[in-house]
Amino acid sequence: MRLVRSILRVLLRGLRFLRRDKKAMAGSIILFVLLLITAFPSWFTPHDPSAEIYTPGIGLSWSHLLGTTSFGQDVFSQLMAGTRQSVLIALIVGFFCTVLSVAIGITAAYVGGLADDALALFTDVVLVIPTFPLIIVITAYVKNAGFWLMVFVLVFTGWSYGARQLRVQALSLRNRDYLLAAKARGESTWYVIGVELIPPMTSLIVANFLGAALYAVLAASGLQFVGLGNINDQSWGTMLYWAQNNEALQTGLPLWALAPGVAIAVLGSALALLNYAFDEVANPALRPVRAQRLKRVHA
Amino acid sequence: MSRPILQIRDLRVEYATSSGAARAVDGVTLDLAQGEFLAIVGESGCGKTTLLFAVAQLLTYPASTVGGSVLFDGVDLTALSPEELRVRRWRDISVVMQSAMNALNPTLTIGAQLADACRAHTEWDDKRIHERSVEVLSMVSIDAVHLKSFPFQLSGGMRQRAMIAMALLLEPKLVIMDEPTSALDVVAQRSLMRQVESLRRQLGFSVLFVTHDMSVVSHFSDRLAVMYAGQVVELGRTREVFDRPEHPYSKGLMEAFPSLLGAPRRLTGIAGTPPSLVNPPPGCLFAPRCAHATDECRSVLPELITNEERAVRCHLVNPVVRS
Amino acid sequence: MRFIARRLGFLLVALWAALTVNFFIPRLMPGNPAEAMMGRFRGHVNPNAIHALEVAFGVNTHQSLISAYFQYLGNTLHGNLGISLTDFPLPVSTVIMRALPWSLGLVGVSTILGFLIGTALGAIAAWRRGGVLDSVLPPVFIIISAFPYFWIGLLSIWFFALTLGWFPILGGYTETATPMWNLSFVLDILDHAVLPAFTILITSIGGWILTMRNNMITVVAEDYVKMGRAKGLKPRRILWQYAGRNALLPNLTGFAMSLGFVISGAILVEYVFNYPGVGFMLLQAVENEDYPLMQSLFLLITVAVLLAIFLSDVATAILDPRTRNSS
Repeated sequence: MRLVRSILRVLLRGLRFLRRDKKAMAGSIILFVLLLITAFPSWFTPHDPSAEIYTPGIGLSWSHLLGTTSFGQDVFSQLMAGTRQSVLIALIVGFFCTVLSVAIGITAAYVGGLADDALALFTDVVLVIPTFPLIIVITAYVKNAGFWLMVFVLVFTGWSYGARQLRVQALSLRNRDYLLAAKARGESTWYVIGVELIPPMTSLIVANFLGAALYAVLAASGLQFVGLGNINDQSWGTMLYWAQNNEALQTGLPLWALAPGVAIAVLGSALALLNYAFDEVANPALRPVRAQRLKRVHA
Repeated sequence: MSRPILQIRDLRVEYATSSGAARAVDGVTLDLAQGEFLAIVGESGCGKTTLLFAVAQLLTYPASTVGGSVLFDGVDLTALSPEELRVRRWRDISVVMQSAMNALNPTLTIGAQLADACRAHTEWDDKRIHERSVEVLSMVSIDAVHLKSFPFQLSGGMRQRAMIAMALLLEPKLVIMDEPTSALDVVAQRSLMRQVESLRRQLGFSVLFVTHDMSVVSHFSDRLAVMYAGQVVELGRTREVFDRPEHPYSKGLMEAFPSLLGAPRRLTGIAGTPPSLVNPPPGCLFAPRCAHATDECRSVLPELITNEERAVRCHLVNPVVRS
Repeated sequence: MRFIARRLGFLLVALWAALTVNFFIPRLMPGNPAEAMMGRFRGHVNPNAIHALEVAFGVNTHQSLISAYFQYLGNTLHGNLGISLTDFPLPVSTVIMRALPWSLGLVGVSTILGFLIGTALGAIAAWRRGGVLDSVLPPVFIIISAFPYFWIGLLSIWFFALTLGWFPILGGYTETATPMWNLSFVLDILDHAVLPAFTILITSIGGWILTMRNNMITVVAEDYVKMGRAKGLKPRRILWQYAGRNALLPNLTGFAMSLGFVISGAILVEYVFNYPGVGFMLLQAVENEDYPLMQSLFLLITVAVLLAIFLSDVATAILDPRTRNSS
């Protein structure tokens, strides 16, 4: 119970700050809207996203806000429908990556000794191996990678950055006096980790979550763009795949190619803005400063 | 009587905080004679370090000088442009900071950091720079081989001495020291103080020395200033202030230090905490903690009044004469 | 140089890990892709090459796993990477060599440029806290860094190539031109390299700017920077020799860690522009199910990244005297 209360306290303090920060505000609003679209896509799709019954190749028009594809699909509805996959991948991968980084990073730091060395080595090796080519190789063998395979591969390659960061931070906190005091009081290891060690690191953990989510969005859309995802899925990445394969740019249908990219950019920006805002919560020195002009005072 | 090397007049410094402006230095007026050693003591947060950096024109956001002037050898430092100021630095005033580990650039050798200062202010060639560097290092008993060393390769005491050597490179008239002994043990402290003292006699520079530990300066400084909540509350000859403090706060401070030679007695502290610098109380800033405070004390701010070489800011010592 | 030795050791471990992963992935995949591939080879190639491929892909069940593994390691370290399916019967190593210079040129140059420019901008932004750079750069680049690399590529194709017609749309050079080492060909190459390089630069620079700015902000508050001011040094000297030098160190480590991200972006950029580099080749290999080529490219990219990390470690050792003596 105390763990929950202390985490909530830190979160509330963070939230109060965020309300004042424009970046965080912008990011949160965008995210909220996207979550809304994810939950209720039908509210936002004026036409059936996959139906190929409309006049192909129209540009901006009143009935088709973003025009249609060369197959005759409504771009706008496709865009809205694709929101769900991207947002879900971001959140799910972000969540699992964070769980793994917290578990491995913090445990390694706390436990110390040989186990720590081994875990740290493992983390660093995974970190150093270039993930995107690896993902390409894996998904190439498993043709038409579905949603959950992508989640698995992204989590497998994405947890190490956070684990390293958290481990470094946890190491610096580990020898602080208040932790030694808790130990001297006879508190159990889990208590010390859960109640004393983790809450001060909350903003770093949140920042990590957002970073992992951002990574997931960009990597997943990249994979789908080159056709390694399931090309029949409704997502922004696959829209880009079809647009590219049908030379949308060259055939005068730029919206088809550019709109999904804008959507990805919007989601990505929201995550990046929030990430940065949380970085500032964790490190107040980074907060914006009004330029000061030296006051000249004469006697 | 030659002109004082440093004349601080009604200096005021504020820190911008989220709850308003905190007055860290509140109208300090001090003179420092040529070759004099003036120590400023006070508890943490009394503004002594801020005062020091304000004098040296080294304040950064969120601190800023909002009033008063600092005259060095007759020149008002607060009125100079950044470039005019920069040219004077180190030649006129040098600084020794608290932690040499933090004050020395970790990625440059000691020699390079000494040469830095020389090149910025003189036309010396490399040979002359090298000679001078070796000279100042030997003044603090550091072997010339350490010109090639990096800060992390020296011991704590050596680093502090290297800082002092660096401060004396260009034979400044005033050396400002910010608690240079805090990170050292008592033996190293005394050794450092004696070194500073002997160099001072040799070269004749003035020293403005800030510390929270009065015992460090009690045998070395000419005069002692006691600061509280941004104001000077007592100023006088060191030994005299030590032996016969007049301000209630100074008295409290002296009582808090047991004498090594005297009879054992119960330690007394000063009850209460320093006042808010954003919303200071009206009247004397020490009144809330003073056992002898009167209504007068609580409503009227006492002036710093000088009487036979002792200045005290207290109504009880200098009662306001009503006509 | 214990520091360098330790880092080298670590990178060798990472290399070994990559090799091992490369070995096991095809064996762990559902539906035996290796068998299918071997079917296409048989009868066309000399037995030694077939054998090498069998070992690499674990098709031949006569060997135990362990001996196959070691033979694979031996083969790889000798540069025997197998035979390419797309450019049959050329060995993979030859095929890769065609694409390597293009990637080194494009990705290498734009990454290094991005790092240098970004670091400098970040340092200046932090130095003038609250100034124009400091207020404008962070939010702008936070947003830009969230854009997918390939989308910026598409955007620049659409805008600069198709709409404005300033630069060519695709490729490393004009297809109809004959590759010769003369000025017009070189200019042609540069002409084709501008947009891809610009894309990589724009998306990666944000990261460098932001991390350097953050490091600088911390460093500028340090006592030794104040000391530099107290000594009356010229502001430029303080900026670069006192603050910048120290803020750069963690940035170099960050450079190493973010290389993976840069590489992934570069692959996509090459794909979008059909730029004949290693990344484009990788994706084509995937499409053609050319597994030997694909896996070797993965190894090559890994080696390149590890090498770059090693170089940045060497740079750190040179710049930071403390690492040279670390225990």
